[in-house]
Amino acid sequence: MPHDHPDHFHHEGVSPSGHPYRDDNDGPLTYWQRMEIAVRELLIEKGQMTPVEIAAQIEAMDSRSPTNGAAVVARAWANPAFRVRLLENASEASREMGFDIGPLNLIAVQNTAQTHNLIVCTLCSCYPRNLLGLPPDWYKTREYRSRAVCEPRAVLREFGLDLPATTTVRVHDSTADMRYIVLPLRPAGSEGMTEAELAALVTRDSMIGTGLPRQP
Amino acid sequence: MSDWNGRRWHDMGGQAAGPVPMEGHDFALWEKRVDALMVVCGKKGLFTVDGLRRALEDMGEDAFERYSYYERWIAAVNQNLIEAGVYSLEELATRMNEIAARGPTYAEAQRNG
Repeated sequence: MPHDHPDHFHHEGVSPSGHPYRDDNDGPLTYWQRMEIAVRELLIEKGQMTPVEIAAQIEAMDSRSPTNGAAVVARAWANPAFRVRLLENASEASREMGFDIGPLNLIAVQNTAQTHNLIVCTLCSCYPRNLLGLPPDWYKTREYRSRAVCEPRAVLREFGLDLPATTTVRVHDSTADMRYIVLPLRPAGSEGMTEAELAALVTRDSMIGTGLPRQP
Repeated sequence: MSDWNGRRWHDMGGQAAGPVPMEGHDFALWEKRVDALMVVCGKKGLFTVDGLRRALEDMGEDAFERYSYYERWIAAVNQNLIEAGVYSLEELATRMNEIAARGPTYAEAQRNG
């Protein structure tokens, strides 16, 4: 091996271009992939949607990433009036920054020196996808969904976050109609940083509650 | 009297489970397409997220253990569309057979692939 690939999902080796072969297009066609192709073609043929609409939706989803949420958090850290608006109505405050929140009812929950917030969807996989992109795989697992609500401190330790017993932990169970995002505590030593610099401190996990922001 | 506690399988909050698996993966094109189909179907009013969840939950625990996330989603999207009368089960079956004959990979099985 000329070099190691940390990606466990590509065992087929490396293409002549030096990149791993893509599983999605090069693996044997599965039953469910056939169903996806069939459903998509039938929807288009029946005039229910166009290929352009489907491609545009994929592009919109691909463009969403935790950097969107990080920009919102950074503004809340830098701008006290925005922070108040965010905590009052996170959907409206995010739209104010130009983010497409759709019909989502988004609620921002604020970490303080005494309180840590964690989000989960015990029933399925509801997630603030319009601000953070698609959820990580672990968010959708039985293990996370089951345990986050009854032993959040143990779950957080698995993410490397060992909270003092004196910290109150609040767990928020999302639904299809009501989704949460954590407003993490602004790190000490970040005084005087610009909004863009602050945004670089905000990690995906810090907005789910399974992590903390980076230290400046 | 029954020992059943009234919970359905998907209502898993508070149950015992092992360590959280931390492995992840980048979504494949076909998975992104399933996600997009669901969202666009919702925007077009063909069915709602509640319809998606009902179909997912009715699949039962076995499907949750055996199939991946977007495999379950495409099955649920398909079920809702058949129920809505967008196309028939026969049309789906015929098309899936045609697709299998196009080629052995996802890329080759596209109509223009």
